[in-house]
Amino acid sequence: MKKIFFIIIFLIFELTQNSFAYSSDPKQFIQEIIDETKKILVKSNSTEFKTKKLSEIALKTVDIKGVAYYTLGNYRKELSDKQMEEYLDLFEKYFLKTFTSRLTDYSEPKIDVISAEVLSPKYTIVKSLLLGTDKKPEVNIEWRVYTKNPDKPLIRDLIIEGLSLARAEKEQFSSVIEANNGEVTKLFITLKEFIAK
Amino acid sequence: MMRKIIYISIFVLLLKPNLVMAGSTGSEELKNSTSQNSTNECFEGFSRAMFKLNHGLDTAIFEPVAKGYRALPSPIRKGTGNIVDNLRSLLTFSNNILQGDFRNAGNTAGRFLINSTVGIVGIWDPASALGLKEKGKEDFGQTMGAWGTGSGCYFVLPILGPTTVRDSVGLVGNFFLDPVYHVTHNSEIHNGLVGNSNYSEHNYFFYRGTSSVDFRAKNIESWASLEKNSIDLYVSLKSLYLQNRSQQIANSTSAVETQNDSNWEEIDTN
Repeated sequence: MKKIFFIIIFLIFELTQNSFAYSSDPKQFIQEIIDETKKILVKSNSTEFKTKKLSEIALKTVDIKGVAYYTLGNYRKELSDKQMEEYLDLFEKYFLKTFTSRLTDYSEPKIDVISAEVLSPKYTIVKSLLLGTDKKPEVNIEWRVYTKNPDKPLIRDLIIEGLSLARAEKEQFSSVIEANNGEVTKLFITLKEFIAK
Repeated sequence: MMRKIIYISIFVLLLKPNLVMAGSTGSEELKNSTSQNSTNECFEGFSRAMFKLNHGLDTAIFEPVAKGYRALPSPIRKGTGNIVDNLRSLLTFSNNILQGDFRNAGNTAGRFLINSTVGIVGIWDPASALGLKEKGKEDFGQTMGAWGTGSGCYFVLPILGPTTVRDSVGLVGNFFLDPVYHVTHNSEIHNGLVGNSNYSEHNYFFYRGTSSVDFRAKNIESWASLEKNSIDLYVSLKSLYLQNRSQQIANSTSAVETQNDSNWEEIDTN
């Protein structure tokens, strides 16, 4: 009886875990994210619902900390631990806002995952295609997947038609800092203003 | 004459810092470079003012026109897009040749011939169905990039938008290399060279304008998203423009081939 009880508990645990875990294969990982996102981006869902659910997905599947370091470039070496903590907190809010805002504009997107290319032990690029509609052309989307921990891949960049969104953000951040004589804290103010918008 | 020499000297000076020296293979060199990182502003204050002007014009004129165009029935839009793309392929062909890219020149010429005849002046695209699917676009700025010319500094032109010194020289070069311009250019008629009395330069600018409207209409949502999600729209556009030009010069569709990955490699979070 005790054995059966343990088996049931084990099965429940496994099933629950599997429903939240993503594949460790980068291509499959992206496919699962796309499938999950498609279900959220149906017309009948409210924007608030979409934003909440997309944020949950992003927190689980995007290496937000890694993107935050990348977008700050070498300026990250100038920050104290406390400033870094503040920056990471601001960046997460900024990232979730822009990430969800970009996606909620799409309604029931049709994306085909095409192939995966291993760049190094740390990176795999997964190629996909957002199918065209009557009004929009098809769009090539590449996902830079961080695979240092092969059991838990994470997204680090979206490359749309060959244009890296992370790089565009990095250059915006640099521009703000440079326009303020290298003061990184001015970027914090800009981020706060953007988040509050 | 003196004025011409001054203009040429200024362009050469502006281009100089980024010139890729002889001995490199041009596009390969750029393929592994991070040219967008090293592209400085020529005159940022002026460029930001021009950007503001263009943004205002876009909101007041170009976007509403693009939305109106988008409201047209799909076959009309598709046919119009195909016609301008077909005409645009003539400029691509000239640049394919200048780049020594004869494989793509053959593809471009084949597409133009099939689409102009079977596809009735390019309204339809039977060439794709026949296997000539590649629709590369080349211009003289790209050709100079492929020859090894650096981008020079970045600036924004009124109405025409973001450019670099190389690409602005390319814009002028495009007039000389575009057969459509020569056919519609009046002064050539007087010289008895090419030209066609049925057309005028207005036809050329109408064709270019239509091409721009078609492009803007296809990117209404993308631009709106960029506007909404940028902390500095001017820099966003600059970054995307320069990334895009690097891709086009390298004839690549992957950012990984044209950008330096070392910044990513040094970041470890787990």
